Amino acid sequence: MIPPGYFFILSVVLFVLGIIAFFFKRDLITQFMAIEIMLNAANLAFLALARSSNFVDAQVIVFFIITVAAAEAAIGLAIVLLIFRKKKTIKTETLNSMKG
Amino acid sequence: MTDVFWLIPFAPVLSSLVLVVFGSKLSKKWVSVQACGAVFLSFVFALVAFLGSLKISPEEFPIVKTLFPWIGAGSFQAGFSFQFDPLSAVMVLVVTGVGFLIHLYSVGYMAHDKGYTRYFAYLNLFTFAMLILVLASNMVLMFVGWEGVGLCSYLLIGFWFEKPSAAAAGKKAFIVNRIGDMGFILGLLFILVAVGSSEFSAINKAIGQGLFPQALATLIAILLFVGATGKSAQIPLYVWLPDAMEGPTPVSALIHAATMVTAGVYMVARLNLLFAFSGTAADIVALVGALTAVFAATMALTQNDIKRVLAYSTISQLGYMFIGCGVGAYAAGVFHLYTHAFFKSLLFLSAGSVIHALSGQQDMRKMGGLRKYLPRTFPPFLIGAIAISGIPFLSGFFSKDAILTEAFAQGQYFVWALGLTGAVMTAFYMFRLIFLTFYGQERIEHEAKHHLHESPKSMTVPLAILAVFSVIAGYVGLPAVLGEKADLFKRFLEPVIKPGAEGHIGAGTEWLLMLASVAVAAVGIFAAYVFYLQKPGIPHTLVARFPWLYKLLYNKYFVDEIYGAVIVNPLVKGSDWVYGHFDLKVIDGALNASASATGFFGKVLSFVQTGFVKDYALVFLLGAVIFLGVLLF
Amino acid sequence: MAILLFFLFAAFAVGSVLGMIISRNQAYSALFLVVAFASLGGLFGLLGAPFMAVVQIIIYAGAIMVLFIFVIMMIHLGEGISAEKKKWTIAAAVFMGIILLAEIVFAVKGAPAVPMAGQEMAGTSPTEIGRLLFTKYLYPFEITSILIIAALVGAVVLIKKREGE
Repeated sequence: MIPPGYFFILSVVLFVLGIIAFFFKRDLITQFMAIEIMLNAANLAFLALARSSNFVDAQVIVFFIITVAAAEAAIGLAIVLLIFRKKKTIKTETLNSMKG
Repeated sequence: MTDVFWLIPFAPVLSSLVLVVFGSKLSKKWVSVQACGAVFLSFVFALVAFLGSLKISPEEFPIVKTLFPWIGAGSFQAGFSFQFDPLSAVMVLVVTGVGFLIHLYSVGYMAHDKGYTRYFAYLNLFTFAMLILVLASNMVLMFVGWEGVGLCSYLLIGFWFEKPSAAAAGKKAFIVNRIGDMGFILGLLFILVAVGSSEFSAINKAIGQGLFPQALATLIAILLFVGATGKSAQIPLYVWLPDAMEGPTPVSALIHAATMVTAGVYMVARLNLLFAFSGTAADIVALVGALTAVFAATMALTQNDIKRVLAYSTISQLGYMFIGCGVGAYAAGVFHLYTHAFFKSLLFLSAGSVIHALSGQQDMRKMGGLRKYLPRTFPPFLIGAIAISGIPFLSGFFSKDAILTEAFAQGQYFVWALGLTGAVMTAFYMFRLIFLTFYGQERIEHEAKHHLHESPKSMTVPLAILAVFSVIAGYVGLPAVLGEKADLFKRFLEPVIKPGAEGHIGAGTEWLLMLASVAVAAVGIFAAYVFYLQKPGIPHTLVARFPWLYKLLYNKYFVDEIYGAVIVNPLVKGSDWVYGHFDLKVIDGALNASASATGFFGKVLSFVQTGFVKDYALVFLLGAVIFLGVLLF
Repeated sequence: MAILLFFLFAAFAVGSVLGMIISRNQAYSALFLVVAFASLGGLFGLLGAPFMAVVQIIIYAGAIMVLFIFVIMMIHLGEGISAEKKKWTIAAAVFMGIILLAEIVFAVKGAPAVPMAGQEMAGTSPTEIGRLLFTKYLYPFEITSILIIAALVGAVVLIKKREGE
């Protein structure tokens, strides 16, 4: 029906859009969202590959990826909140205390 | 029974470890019992081993026990091994026996010191190191003990380290000993090269087979003797011992009179075959010993500090021991070591009792007439003084006479004359000390007199025991004139010290020599009596008549000042110069240059580290692009 | 029919991601993202993975995005945030993104074409996935639960107000 190549192309497009979103945005939260987009694009590619090679286990692995992403989101957002509480801002261009 | 000998050193070291680790939690009483008990246990083992060894035939010595292989490097092997033979037996008995009495005495003497536990931890550790030193079956292990006693000596001299003079004295002792140790190490290395092993049995065997030339033997012996001059306070390295009197008095008695300072004598006696084989080295030993005996005695004449008099006396007596070793009478040297351990520790401990009674006063000018206040300290003190002066029927007479007789018999008349001169002065300064301290008018300061009291039992009992031994200890080594077999001590030592070519002198000459020694002792005592009791004006007249001589003696020949000007000062100045010109400029410069170079590159590269997350992400992305590109093409 | 759905979902996904990029308001961005994730869920369904589709919608579009919106509401920024001002950063990112796109497309094209073996397959039932989860992947599953607990506790500890703050 649908050639798997379509899914791949779509996933790559989404991935690159995620990258561009990351650089386009100036606050931590939306940049974080951009990262989530990339993660989802990867999931899509994963499932497409599973489908084309008929590998059911891949779905379980994607399930794990989503779970871990949830945990990561919880921690990531906690850190964002913490930074906001300390610095009163989440604009990335103001956050450079790690400067060498 | 003798097999227990390898257990001797371990009780003190265990006790010391316990005191170091759990010391703060133990009560004073427990500390005293444990520390003294450990040394007593060693003494019991030593006694058992000694009694057992009496039944063993001389050929079976030495009995060697290897606890474990210690150093193995190529062909060089050194085991952690002990050996037991009559010489070790004498030494362990002296170390543990006298050591136990001094531990006991310390219980009273140090009772009010806040470093009580630390003191006993050091003292136990010292006992262990000294036992390792005398029991070691090879020179490498002996060196461990040699350095161990040096370390403990440093720790105990500087025991009251809050006193700057004590801290300085500790450092001085340590550094001067290092100079001697350099000689020891060089000698040890030469032995390793020449013999290939540092076991005493192997060294003796190599000498017996003539495996190395006499010149090499002389070199080794002299180098080792340099080590001995450091440890046993002989010319030119004696300067640390008088200063070492900054330590607590029992320490002076144990380390700086009875045991550690005799390590050099022990070492020479242990290697008697080497020194005898060299010949030249033995002559040097005898000469240095004789010069030290007289030189130190002259310095003792004018000192006013009671402990310093005894310190110079110790140097002088060590000189006698070296005379004995140098003229080939090793047995007599060791015999003097053994009797000296009793009467000199007795003298030190009695002096400690006097100091204790006078609340820390050490200046004899502020004593006098103490006889009636210290009834239990005075008799032992007097016995010690008589013994060291060489009055017949006390131990010091027998041993000193044995040395001088042998020196005369060997034709070393110069050495003998020096020894005799030293004997006059010994008697003189000892009785000067007695008269100034116990007789005459009281010159005690008011405050001290207020607190004047006889010392507690734990101090006077060891004094009484040591006094008894100072009297009777000499009877195991009666002069040869009383019969071929009279000198039990010498015969006991024969497995270690092979009887050499003894000088032969007639019985008449021997009696005459004995008479001479007695006469000089009597002269010395009488002179002291006249100078300090009958006509107390004489010393002042003499000082007025020969001011330069008095000044010279009082200032100890300015040796400390000369060493300071010739060695220490140039070293300090030179070090300063090197510090200023080399350390600061070259070493620090190189260091700073490399540091600033690193810093420069760091700064240059740190522009990459902007701290902005997007810049990092951009680089990350670039990396991903390049990585994938490389992967694809 | 399926291909139509694919293009529909794909258009929604790409479109909402673009919308998310353009939007200046964080809340709008988050809502755009919900749409994108939901359409991705649809795509998962097209790939014969109904369970993953449901999970995607419930967890991603539901739970995680709610979390995002919560945080956006806690961090009140007033007016929206404009796009990146440093143009060269965006230019570099877009440039490299396009290169990456080209590279991946090239890589996928270069890969041997695998026929869609399971085209006739109706898809994988949740039953099968459940069985796999509790048999073959039991340990990873349990470990993941520990990970979630750790993340939960970690987040609480991070956010907790310390004394004196």
